[in-house]
Amino acid sequence: MDVITATVDARGQSCPGPLVTLHRALRDAAQGDLLELLATDPGSRSDVPSWAELSGNELIEAGEDTGVYRYVIRKA
Amino acid sequence: MSQGSATTTTADEAALRRLIDEALAEREQGAHDKENKITIVAWDGHLDRVWPTLILSTTAAASGMQVSVFFTFWGLFALVKPEKRRTGKKWMTKALSVMNPAALKRAKLSRYNFAGLGPWMLSKVAGDYKTPHPTELLETARDMGVRLLPCQMTMDLMGVKREDLIDGLEEPIGAATALLEMKGSAIQLFI
Repeated sequence: MDVITATVDARGQSCPGPLVTLHRALRDAAQGDLLELLATDPGSRSDVPSWAELSGNELIEAGEDTGVYRYVIRKA
Repeated sequence: MSQGSATTTTADEAALRRLIDEALAEREQGAHDKENKITIVAWDGHLDRVWPTLILSTTAAASGMQVSVFFTFWGLFALVKPEKRRTGKKWMTKALSVMNPAALKRAKLSRYNFAGLGPWMLSKVAGDYKTPHPTELLETARDMGVRLLPCQMTMDLMGVKREDLIDGLEEPIGAATALLEMKGSAIQLFI
């Protein structure tokens, strides 16, 4: 069972805020850790998958609930 | 005799094979490194040009890419310390620095500047949408390991001294070094 190691709250932040915040949180995480990213920036829908491809981290989950986007990332 | 030469040939082939494999591995490694690097030439000092430069730089750094930004001509003034109103040694370079306000916080828009009303409105709207201002992004970029490279030639031309520039910059470089940075990058932009 995979457990979320940390939640990164980037709600209210706009480009490039959420990715910069996520990057900082990842630096403190260990390889294989699962991080949850919360964002309200609609740009994150395309940007988080692109970021995952660029950075080599794995995007395992992406969803939206009442205006809040939620992503689960596994640190490579 | 013939057997001996055949053995030598096999050994040579093995050595050759090893060299080829090494070269291929090296090339692959090099290609990978290159894929992961972006170099931006920041030539323009206007707010609406430096801003996207810094958004792209910080996003690339957040994606694990190596980032180099070469600040040349008007772009160099983005690196001037905020408290420095005037740079230059001669009256002409001083006049130029006043006409082209130094430091990001005084940067103008390339269009719709309206005597400072444009930049103020853009910063206000960006603030409401929580888009970080370039002054903040520049600090973030520096903290994230983005290599900020001042142009030595521009510094000489405009009389900008090393102490006029903010801390945490790389050593000033010239055109050849900038080209080398670009050559080793998958993405090169001139903004």
